[in-house]
Amino acid sequence: MWEWVWEGIRQGIVTTGYPARAETAAGVSPGFPSGLPRTFTDPEEAETLAACCPSEALVREGRQVIFRDQRCIHCYRCLRRIAPPQEWRWQGNYEWAVSPRPRAELAKKFDKSFRRSLHLRVIDAGACGACLSEIEQLNKPYYNMHRLGFFLTPTPRDADLLLVAGPVTEHMRLPLLKAYEAMPAPKAVLALGACAIYGGVFGSSFASLGGVSSLIPVDILVPGCPPPPLAILHALLALVGRAEPHRCESIASPQGGESHV
Amino acid sequence: MAQDPANNLRLLGLSEAIAKRWHWQVNVSIDADLSRCYVEGDRDRLPELCRWLIYDLEYGLGSLIVEETEGDWLLRYIFYGEPAGEQVHLGVRFNKKENTVPSISTIIHAANWHEREAHDLFGLVFEGHPRLINIVRHEEWPAGIHPLRQDFDASQPYPHLQVDSWRPNGVVQAPGAFMMPIGPVYADAAESALFLLESVGEDVIRTSPRFFYKFRGVEKIAEGQPLDRVLLLAERFSGTSAFAHSLAFCQAVETICQVKAPARAQALRVAFAELERFRHHVAAIAGVCNSTALAVATSQAGILEEEALRLCGSLLGHRYLFGLNLPGGVACDLDDRQIDVLSSGVQTIFRKLERLYNLLRYSSSFLDRLEEVGLVTKEQARDYGLVGPIARASGLARDLRKVLPYAAYGEVSFEVPKEEEGDGYARLRLLFREAEQSVNILGSLLSSLPIGEIAAPDLALKPGAALGWAEAPRGAAFHWLRIDEAGVVRRYHLTTPSFTNWHGFHFAAEDFAYQDFPIILASFGLSNAECDR
Ligand code: SF4
Ligand code: SF4
Repeated sequence: MWEWVWEGIRQGIVTTGYPARAETAAGVSPGFPSGLPRTFTDPEEAETLAACCPSEALVREGRQVIFRDQRCIHCYRCLRRIAPPQEWRWQGNYEWAVSPRPRAELAKKFDKSFRRSLHLRVIDAGACGACLSEIEQLNKPYYNMHRLGFFLTPTPRDADLLLVAGPVTEHMRLPLLKAYEAMPAPKAVLALGACAIYGGVFGSSFASLGGVSSLIPVDILVPGCPPPPLAILHALLALVGRAEPHRCESIASPQGGESHV
Repeated sequence: MAQDPANNLRLLGLSEAIAKRWHWQVNVSIDADLSRCYVEGDRDRLPELCRWLIYDLEYGLGSLIVEETEGDWLLRYIFYGEPAGEQVHLGVRFNKKENTVPSISTIIHAANWHEREAHDLFGLVFEGHPRLINIVRHEEWPAGIHPLRQDFDASQPYPHLQVDSWRPNGVVQAPGAFMMPIGPVYADAAESALFLLESVGEDVIRTSPRFFYKFRGVEKIAEGQPLDRVLLLAERFSGTSAFAHSLAFCQAVETICQVKAPARAQALRVAFAELERFRHHVAAIAGVCNSTALAVATSQAGILEEEALRLCGSLLGHRYLFGLNLPGGVACDLDDRQIDVLSSGVQTIFRKLERLYNLLRYSSSFLDRLEEVGLVTKEQARDYGLVGPIARASGLARDLRKVLPYAAYGEVSFEVPKEEEGDGYARLRLLFREAEQSVNILGSLLSSLPIGEIAAPDLALKPGAALGWAEAPRGAAFHWLRIDEAGVVRRYHLTTPSFTNWHGFHFAAEDFAYQDFPIILASFGLSNAECDR
């Protein structure tokens, strides 16, 4: 066995310094377009940009194009398929968590009880596999969420938080509900990725509900398709009051459109 | 898709042989461009034709595709061969007022789940099928509703029944027998699926899985959508093999529209596909290490997986290679510097992987847990039409990159590795060998990328239907696509390696010690997102 011990020591520590330090390694995030909203001199130009987006993440309002991160699926069509608008920039950050309710409410509900340790139960409600894979990375050395007091638990009875990925298929409706009901209070729900927020590319249909919030209340959500591990970590920290959510805003709906808090 | 004169000769020979034997009873046509022979005949001819193709000519069954036309059902059975570079499509057409067709499951087991799926989604009855029961639809669905039929409206939420009463068919009856359900929600970030482990005493004697918890109806929601949107579905229904599936989809579109992706795009597609395979295999190896609770090895493999993800992310934007394929080419090029970073990055990760493998090979406690666990024999693999690393670890060197070469695979030289034992350790070795081979393919390809465009200038849409395929990290993927003149999708059928291989999972999961279950599962390394669609 000694060769394994030695191998472990030889490798040394690779874990990210986040949240104490920002992570600057390349390739940790698929990024979002930045520099939006933007005003164009020509409404045509604004329309061309908005029209290339398949998920209504880019919306034209008059001569302006606004960006709705909850809907973005990193298809890069706005970046690669149209002549990029001048100064088009791409931002590789990852602090994306959105709180659907005002900040104070979130703090009141969870700050005290969850601050030191939080047990998470993952529910795959029809995810494509990429979201789940990113959750798994959190348990591996590069992100190692244990050091921050986050633990995966196999049973909902020990879980403080449900981490739900996928558009919630009809066949997963009941298992999801059962898990939610089995959790002790106070219970938190995190909607992970475009699918869990509004159905993502699958939308709402005969086979899926189009997001978690149509079934159970959601406390925090992470945009992205898939959200990278650091974005999930940021959301967990925001939930327990150790980081600020990026924004407070209501959840995108499967039908498109969006309301503001 | 390359035209090979030997293939053409074989195709001609084949069509003549069929015409001679089933004179007047079937129509035969060949398409030399696609290396495809199409045979259309009556329902009653189906079993003998199948038997002849499978037992006399040694073809394997790839898929069964059901289509509805105005007044007819059109069933298309796809056969492809091991050493040969052609496909045979067997068409059966009959009036929609009828819904029965002879089952071929008793001739070839591989057809079993395909027929069950067609029964479930279209309401077709396969006469003589040994077990024609639901596979996709769960108990929430009322009887008689078949969601892939054309008259089913998929845009509205469907009022499912609120029931919670599923019981398996036929349970072991013996003194002391008990049943242990695992799922649908189990271990850390596992995909949703249910496994019923039946036991009489110590060991598990049988495992009955239940899938399609993740049924998103991708094939149905694609209908009526433009290609641009369906591309997103093709790519994201199985995120861990996104590139391979988007490639199969794009190739189907290109065949329909008679467009050829430029040489550089073809080469980049191979590069990206191998990069995906490499990352997938590293993740699968991490999964196997994790299932044996070997902590240091799990961490090491986990580190390599994240490094591969970061490499993809930093060079191509997306960690899981989303957004790269387009009908007609690829959306993203690599410059000389990026090519260097990619080849050296993959090399570095591979060297660490080799080191890990060498440590694992000499850890007897690790090997003990894998050897002779989860056995699948060559005969079982052939009979069930298994594909990908699982088939290759059981001695069946089946690989679409060789059998039906696509993109630039016809121009790269590589061997298809194969192992004989068919146990967990053979599958692990195979993953290592394939990862190594992906690195080699990448190395030779990237050193001589053709210069030029990365996408065909414009894509004139044509109505039609075609099959696209790719060897995904888990095995053969077939995408059948039909579009109309406006480029709107009319039918989309996905045959995925996870669907094909889950069908054979029960061979690996019988008569084993309970604590070995996670190992068997991990050494199969299949995806439910890919299976359930
Ligand atoms: S990356 Fe895709 S989804 Fe996101 S804003 Fe651009 S076009 Fe829209
Ligand atoms: S949000 Fe994207 S990555 Fe996550 S499950 Fe949905 S399609 Fe997959």
